[in-house]
Parts: sequence; C-alpha cells; structure tokens
Amino acid sequence: MAFDDAYHALTDHDDDARWAYGTGFTDPLAGVPGDLPDGVDRAELATYCLMLGDDALILSHRLQQWVTRAPELEDELALANIGLDLLGQARLLLTRAGVSEGWGRDEDDLAMRRDPSGFRNLCLAERADADFAHLVARLFALSTWRLALLDRLTASRDPMLAAIAAKGVKEVTYHRDYAAQWVVRLGDGTPLSHERMLAAVDTLTPQLAELFHSHPTEIGLASVGVAVDPAALEAEFTQVWTHVLQAATLLPPATSLSGGTSRGNFVAAESSPPGGDAVAAEVSGVPAGAEQGSARPWGRAGEHTPALAEILDEMQGVARSVPGGVW
Amino acid sequence: MTGTAAEVVGAVTDPELPMLTLAELGVIREVRQDEGGVLVTITPTYSGCPAMESIRADIRTALRRAGFGRAEVRTVIAPPWTTDWISESGRRKLAEAGIAPPGAAPVRAIGPIPISLSPRPTAVACPRCGHTDTETLAAFGATACRELRRCPACREPFEHMREI
Repeated sequence: MAFDDAYHALTDHDDDARWAYGTGFTDPLAGVPGDLPDGVDRAELATYCLMLGDDALILSHRLQQWVTRAPELEDELALANIGLDLLGQARLLLTRAGVSEGWGRDEDDLAMRRDPSGFRNLCLAERADADFAHLVARLFALSTWRLALLDRLTASRDPMLAAIAAKGVKEVTYHRDYAAQWVVRLGDGTPLSHERMLAAVDTLTPQLAELFHSHPTEIGLASVGVAVDPAALEAEFTQVWTHVLQAATLLPPATSLSGGTSRGNFVAAESSPPGGDAVAAEVSGVPAGAEQGSARPWGRAGEHTPALAEILDEMQGVARSVPGGVW
Repeated sequence: MTGTAAEVVGAVTDPELPMLTLAELGVIREVRQDEGGVLVTITPTYSGCPAMESIRADIRTALRRAGFGRAEVRTVIAPPWTTDWISESGRRKLAEAGIAPPGAAPVRAIGPIPISLSPRPTAVACPRCGHTDTETLAAFGATACRELRRCPACREPFEHMREI
C-alpha cells in the first residue's frame, strides 16, 4: 500500500485492511467450520456465546475509556492492550453467536444493532469506575472469574468454544496478574491508597453474587458438556480473591471463608439476589426489595443498569447514525 | 512464477514486526496448492491482533504478484499460537532489531492457573550488551506481545517479546 497519497491509501480497497466499522473487516472465523455439536440447541448456544462475548465487549469499552485518563502512560498501554484482547475475544464469540442462531447476523450486527435489553453481559462489566482503585478491583474480579471459566471451557463439546477459550486463557492469565498486582500495590501502599482500595473492594463485594448466579441457559448447556455453570466457579474465585486481598492487607491473614466474612461467601452474603429471585419473592407475597434492599438487575437475563445504555450510546453512535457506512 | 506458494507465503513479513517473515513468526499452519488455487491457513498470535486483517491481505497480494491464481486465506485458532513457534532465525532477527526474544513458554501444570503477584522473574538478556540481570519497566509495551525492560549495565531500555 502506497502512502504518498494519504487519501489514496485510505481508499485502496483491494483488500480487507481497512480499519473502522462497516469497512470490510473480514469474518474473524473465516474458513472455520460452522458446524454445531449434536444435540445442542442453536438458540441456546447463540445466547451463551452472547453472554461471554458481551462481557468481553462491554468491559473492553470501559477499559478503553481509561486511555488518556490512567495515572501513568504504562497503564494506559496495559489497559488498551487488555481491552484489545477482550475485543478480539468478543469478535470471535459474537461471530460464533451469529453462526449459531442462523439468522445471518454478523459480529457488527450484534455489537452495533442491539438495544440494551438484548445484551447479556454481567452488570459488573458495565458499571463505571469511580477511580483507578475501582477499576483494578473490578478488573481483578472479572479476570479471576473469566479465567476460571475459560479454563474449564477448553473442555467444551463445542470445538469453537473450546478453541476460543484456549486462546483466551493465555490472555486473561496476564490480565488477572496485572489487576491483582495493582490491588496489592494500592492495598499494601500508603494509608491513602489503602483506604481507597478498601473502599473499592467494599463497594464491589456486594455486586459479586451475580458472577455465580446461574442462568437456565448456562445450566442447560453445562449439562450437555458445552458450557460452564458459573456456580461451579465460586470456590476457585473465592480462593484467589482471598489470597490477593490478604496479600494486599485488605483482609486479615487468617480469615476463614466459611465463616461468612463481609468479603467472602458472595452468594450467601448477598442481601438481594438478582432478578429471578426477586420475581419469586414478589410472587410469594413479599414485595421485591421490601425487606432485602432493592433488587439488582440481572445482566444475564437482559436486565441492566443505566450505565449500559450510556456505553451503547457512545459505542453504537456512528454505526447507528450512518448505517452500513463505508469510508 | 517465482518459488512455490508456500515459499511466497512464508516470505511475507509481519506488519508489526517487519524484521520477521510469517514463517519465522510461526503463524502459517498450511499452504495447499491445487488447480483451483491456493489455500492458506494461518493462526492469530492474539485474539485481538489487529494485524490479522493486513496479514491476510498481504498474503493474497504476494500470491497474486507471484502469478498464482485464486487464493483463499483461512483462520484457525486451535491449538493456540505460542511464542515457542518462533523459529531460531526469527529469534536472531528479533535480537538484532533490539527486541529480546521470548524464552520458553510457561508449561501449564495441573490445577488452577497460579497467579503472579510480582513481575515474573524471567532472566532476559539485554539485546545490546548481553547483561542478563535486567528488570521489568512495564508489563505491556507498544503491543500486547511486548513488555518494556531496562538493563542496569548499559542503562538502556529495551523491548522483550513475552512468552505465551
């Protein structure tokens, strides 16, 4: 590609090397067989791919928002690179979702033309970060959870999910290391950094139950060896979470998790379970949230906080205002 | 035609590490040639590698210029790429360009993946002076595959391709 004329270079359309939405990105699964394993419901597999893909897509966007705002240039590079890895995982998973549902939607359609209620990401991925401590606490929690999940998903009966997971495991391993090292550095740092890291962890902890609250799609696909039931991840998550928080002096060294501390035992300690249970509570005559605090939205079921709509306004703005635009 | 299709594809250089050919980087899985054309199978280094789009285009362009007809480039992601697939000549060229080549990729043990709460104590030799006791400046460099290190002997910063 010649660069003596910048406009010519931009419009050199004999290849796929153009850069923005709608400008000829090729299918990231180009040439990969789209077969589905026997006995797997297409719609359910598509929904599951959306769940894991949307987690990556939305968190990636949140990380990108930190570029130019991180404390040091090195951390902007780190967050941008982690965001890029997650965006790559999202592209593979959304493409797989499109193939599975069989309606002809591609990754761009799914990323850019869905409303908030169509997104299946965890609400934890969409929240805004009050400060850098909140960012690294949230990134640590989601990376720890995602690594435990992807590690198990490498044994999926769906060869595409297994392959995407095997690739992702290598990446999320260093995402988790990066975030955990910051949690320790701030927690075990100055009195001020300790205080702010502790505040971030205390804000985050009540939101972690969502990570282990299984959706019927996850349970159903896990029972046929395709998906991972997130409830099975809590023990490993708790072990890593406690280990790092202790190293960060944010938990006393010998805390017993079975004792139900305020920063462990996430599901048991949660005061208000997400959506499904709140509905059940309403049916049984107890108004949702009346005694247990307000119900939390359940991202896996398409219920979200207002933060997701804000993200999508920004992320989908160009694609929605210039549908199919090419430049 | 100049050379076989595999030679033409293998000689295409990586857009982000232009001192390396795709063969040296270890991303070419298969080049199959028949009367219908050439089928090239490649694998991405990282899930989000932004160079994949231009690598596909560069392969097609190189094959067209070398006189081959229809060319198709397919992607496979399993088994995942590892830096262990970078060839010996690739490692030498990286070092000559001032980028410390990767060591052996970590071997996965049975059980949960261990967490690292401090920078990994990998021994990375300075590509300028050969001093081995270098330190990490930042775990992420200009791309996801490179970290920034510093040599206390010659006091120069340098990039190191991380092992994955």
